[in-house]
Amino acid sequence: MAKKTAAIVGSGNIGTDLMFKIMRRSTNVEVKYMIGVDPASDGLARAARLGITTSAEGVDWLLAQDELPDFVFECTSAKAHEVNAPKYKAAGIHAIDLTPAAVGPYLCPVVNLDALEDVLNVNMITCAGQATTPIVAAISSVVPVDYAEIVASIASKSAGPGTRANVDEFTETTAKALEEVGGAKRGKAIIIINPVEPPMIMRNTVYAAIPADAAEPGELQDKITAAIHDAVTKIQDYVPGYSLRVDPQFDTPREDWNGNGRVGVWVQVKGAADYLPEYAGNLDIITSAATRTADLLAQRVDATNLPTPVGA
Amino acid sequence: MTATNHLRVRLTDTTLRDGSHAMSHKFTEEHVRAIVRALDEAKVEVIEVTHGDGLGGSSFNYGFSLTPELDLVRAAVDEARNAKIAVLMLPGLGTIHDLNQAHEAGASVARIATHCTEADVSIQHFQKARKLGMETVGFLMLSHRTTPETLAKQARIMADAGCQCVYVVDSAGALILEDVSERVSALVTELGADAQVGFHGHQNLSFGVANSVYAARAGAQQIDGTLLALGAGAGNSPTEVLAAAFERLNIHTGVDVHGVMAVAEDFVKRIITRMPIMDRASIMQGYAGVYSSFLIHAERAAERYGIPAWQILEEVGKAGYVGGQEDMIVDVAVQLASGARVA
Repeated sequence: MAKKTAAIVGSGNIGTDLMFKIMRRSTNVEVKYMIGVDPASDGLARAARLGITTSAEGVDWLLAQDELPDFVFECTSAKAHEVNAPKYKAAGIHAIDLTPAAVGPYLCPVVNLDALEDVLNVNMITCAGQATTPIVAAISSVVPVDYAEIVASIASKSAGPGTRANVDEFTETTAKALEEVGGAKRGKAIIIINPVEPPMIMRNTVYAAIPADAAEPGELQDKITAAIHDAVTKIQDYVPGYSLRVDPQFDTPREDWNGNGRVGVWVQVKGAADYLPEYAGNLDIITSAATRTADLLAQRVDATNLPTPVGA
Repeated sequence: MTATNHLRVRLTDTTLRDGSHAMSHKFTEEHVRAIVRALDEAKVEVIEVTHGDGLGGSSFNYGFSLTPELDLVRAAVDEARNAKIAVLMLPGLGTIHDLNQAHEAGASVARIATHCTEADVSIQHFQKARKLGMETVGFLMLSHRTTPETLAKQARIMADAGCQCVYVVDSAGALILEDVSERVSALVTELGADAQVGFHGHQNLSFGVANSVYAARAGAQQIDGTLLALGAGAGNSPTEVLAAAFERLNIHTGVDVHGVMAVAEDFVKRIITRMPIMDRASIMQGYAGVYSSFLIHAERAAERYGIPAWQILEEVGKAGYVGGQEDMIVDVAVQLASGARVA
């Protein structure tokens, strides 16, 4: 099939990394427009050098073009997306939202894309959400998870001004997604910014409360471990640097855990270094998930829509 | 640096926050009421009550609270006649929502902590705390990890966001004497009349009280302690020793020395489950510059994975992990355990 066209709105670190990701790795989508608000931005300059149509005049410029894109990737801020979302919808453009605005449903492509009916606007949660919701979903596919908690550690150099000014939004959004996408009854998320040199590669630790019988060695425990490994393999298909640091660790029930046991999963996300260096796995996993989402949606759109008339 | 006459410092007692680590977060409402009542009678002006890792700290990663921390805050507010009740929060762990709830529970001082080079994550929290009418304190944790100059710039970010006193926080108990006075002086010079400077010490290398004296002489106006040194790592600067030593050095605190000695001896000693101690693991924390709260987690990992706690902590230090990364301790222990088998 012919590749669908995309516009990237927001020419900062995420938008620029996403541009490289789509150009190098997407099967079904090509970048047609790169939109910013700062004419001096590095991202716009790089896009222009690569032959992409660029503009520093924002979304209204984009929507005034004769050829509208099939997809728009929102890489600005939650506030900007809240303003832009109705405009994309009116124009019939699929929006893939990489901000925490959550106008549309939370989405992790390996967990819940097939289950979503309305996909005109989908939200990519957060980097930590992409790294951890599939693990929680894997565990809750085997046993009920009363509570899931994640700790995301990112390198100080990879935490942009948006992340720093909005750590509350980051943790609250991720925690909600552990429930809505991961299937935990209650979620909690913690983010740590570490300045060590050389920069630490993005890490995510997932703790899930599990029933007492699943915390003992046996069939249930083996099923949980297998489900976790299966999720890791699926994610590696679009995030090659995603891996487990150690085997899942099971802890026996404790009174202060309401009699639950616990499984702990230690994940490392090494970036593909498409734009920022490989320590910035946090950038990599969300842009990779957005690219994979667009590829899958492109197939879905083609499968459900009538072919576009020739010459239209 | 000659006259220590007329120096005044305000002591903040954080037994019911930093001491919570040593109690594995199992303080009860009765404990809180008894300690707050005694500290208040002894004229301690600020008493901090929160989970050891701050608001929202109750978790797998840091340990669950036996009693919800807001219930403890309410009990403390109810007992205090003159003292202000403070809460700690770490952005990235606690949120503005937690801060609102603590304020509603009656807490009037918000102490907001970041790693020493990441102060900009706290801006929205200081702004909110000031809007709520709370007094604000900023904590630059693991202050030994950066230079006095960089620390002063980070203090400026907090002060500009609405922080009224920025602390040099020796979370690892790694600073020694001039390390403290140089950092405090740099902050005093940078902040001038815009904000006060404070110091929070740990005993891992046994310098908590001496460092506090150096801090006061360098211009710090707020100093932290805990009763009986109850706290993370080898414990904190003991409040009752600070009060006694400061009185001898003519550093005015307004605290009744007999009163704080009495509550440490007669009450805290009876209820604590472990006495803070400078042992191989906690000394290693000061020596290798490791966040003090990691101690008990390292001891648990030591028991499970068969690697000595001091060795886990030494590796954690080499990796440069910061406050809040308790989850890395298991990772390090498992790596060490597998490496030991390979070797």
